[in-house]
Amino acid sequence: MRWINRQRNILDFTLSSLLRRKGKNVALLAVYTFIVFILASVVFLTSSLKKEACLVLQDSPEIIVQRTVAGRHDLIPISYMLVLKEIRGVQSVRERLWGYYYDPATGANYTFVVPKDHQYGDGGVAIGNGVARTIRADRGDIVPFRTHDGSYMSLEIKEIFSSESEIISSDLIVISEEDFREIAGIPKGYATDLTLYIRNARELPTIADKIKRALPDTRPIIRDEILRTYDTVFDWRGGIVMAILSGAIMSFIIFAWDKATGLSSDEKREIGILKGIGWETSDVILMKFWEGVVLSFSSFLLGIILAYIHVFFTSFALFEPVLKGWSILYPEFKLIPSLDVYQIATLFFLTVVPYTIATIVPSWRAATVDPDTIMRM
Amino acid sequence: MIELINIRKVFNMRRPNEFVAIDSVSLLVESHKITVFKGPSGSGKTTLLSLIGCLARPTSGRIIVSGNEITSLPERFLTEIRRKIFGFVFQQFYLIKGITVLENVMLPAYPLGGKYSSLKEKADSLLALFNISHKTSSRIEWLSGGEAQRVSIARALVNDPLVVIADEPTAYLDTKLSLEFMEIAGRLKKVGKTILIASHDPLVYESDIVDRVVEMRDGKIITREKSCL
Repeated sequence: MRWINRQRNILDFTLSSLLRRKGKNVALLAVYTFIVFILASVVFLTSSLKKEACLVLQDSPEIIVQRTVAGRHDLIPISYMLVLKEIRGVQSVRERLWGYYYDPATGANYTFVVPKDHQYGDGGVAIGNGVARTIRADRGDIVPFRTHDGSYMSLEIKEIFSSESEIISSDLIVISEEDFREIAGIPKGYATDLTLYIRNARELPTIADKIKRALPDTRPIIRDEILRTYDTVFDWRGGIVMAILSGAIMSFIIFAWDKATGLSSDEKREIGILKGIGWETSDVILMKFWEGVVLSFSSFLLGIILAYIHVFFTSFALFEPVLKGWSILYPEFKLIPSLDVYQIATLFFLTVVPYTIATIVPSWRAATVDPDTIMRM
Repeated sequence: MIELINIRKVFNMRRPNEFVAIDSVSLLVESHKITVFKGPSGSGKTTLLSLIGCLARPTSGRIIVSGNEITSLPERFLTEIRRKIFGFVFQQFYLIKGITVLENVMLPAYPLGGKYSSLKEKADSLLALFNISHKTSSRIEWLSGGEAQRVSIARALVNDPLVVIADEPTAYLDTKLSLEFMEIAGRLKKVGKTILIASHDPLVYESDIVDRVVEMRDGKIITREKSCL
């Protein structure tokens, strides 16, 4: 109880002390909060994007088989499915039809996808939020699409959808097989690629190898490879922001170091008084410890909260262009809130702990003076 | 009872600027009395008070407080004794600016871990004792010299020390306030405190409440006299 009271009493005095030097501490709090805000924004965004990527890929097939001609992706004959079905361990094979569509009127690229069971029939499409925003279309509108031979095909918007992750649904147009073949000019008997579901994930490399041997003009893409690519891309983008901000971080470190380590003559005098009236060196250090903790922890919490709002409520408004890529059709980035405890803990140890230590060290030096210094001040 | 046996204090030892502040001082300070150390600046009064009050250690000699030898104790124990036995009133009061009168008075008691409410009660009662209750929530910088001094005395008493040490307490006070200080010292003596004062102010050492005057010069005691007034 005595220990708790001691902490409470000293914390109480620390808070009064902080209020006494309002100017210095508010400036420090503002800069500190800003840096944590920036760092946490990047951390939140990266981890949320990764989560989106996982969502995108959770239902994706274990292997995608694409045909390549001269090293480039080409249409794949559906007859290849027969060969693939024969490979041991393959549970099912399905053809996929999808492609990109460039709309010269808006300058945007859309993604056509043919689902297994298209519920809207020929002539009907479902479009993603991003497409609807770009062409200002609503349910029931008729939209013309240019086909591969230059003629136009009118399709009716039956639904505007949003999925759990807008990154995948934003630029999507779900279309029937007939209509897609007509627009894209893909002949019957061909698909964009083939997907394979495998019984045992451990057999993936072996099956991929067998595919390459059975169908030499194809490339099997394993889901893990896609995941790795996503990871790299998101880390790289996070890295760009970090590189831009490293200057700001460095200035903060210098600022914080200067503010935290430099004791003013008033502060030194105060430490002398405290020692003179019966405080031990450990009491002074405890007071400075609380001062560092209060300041850095408040900034940390404030920065984290602001970053959370920034990333998940304002869709990363400050750094949008850096992270969203080249597409004209920006998804309305409503990211799924995702907190990576490990990363937050890292951020905590990189900001709160060094600052607190930086605050204690000079005070410890000042507090080891003989208490009789006060008699000579 | 405080006993000093052959105390010597040397600053900057074995350096060209070596200075002997206290030289072969032996003294017995009686409890519940007011003892004044008088002498010119540099005579060693302040140094002697800081040695008695465990603020510094002697270079040689022994100090015995209430039967316990304190000179060889580690800093931690020395601080403990300082907190329990001594209360200090400094020359320039050394109150902490920017916080309230109440907080200043409570400050020495914070590390002891007492309950906040009881500390506050204690501080309030001391402020009431010295008629400055109305200034409880004022900031230090708004106080007059006399008020600051009374706050500084209240702070010295918050841990209920047996001995109050005052270093040149009237140096920055006018006659009226100096007399007021001596009146407070008399009240403290009546409630059983031992008061040690370093001063070269005649208002202090000639006061009739003073029991003993110890005159110092060049780090040595030259006379030990009873107050003749």
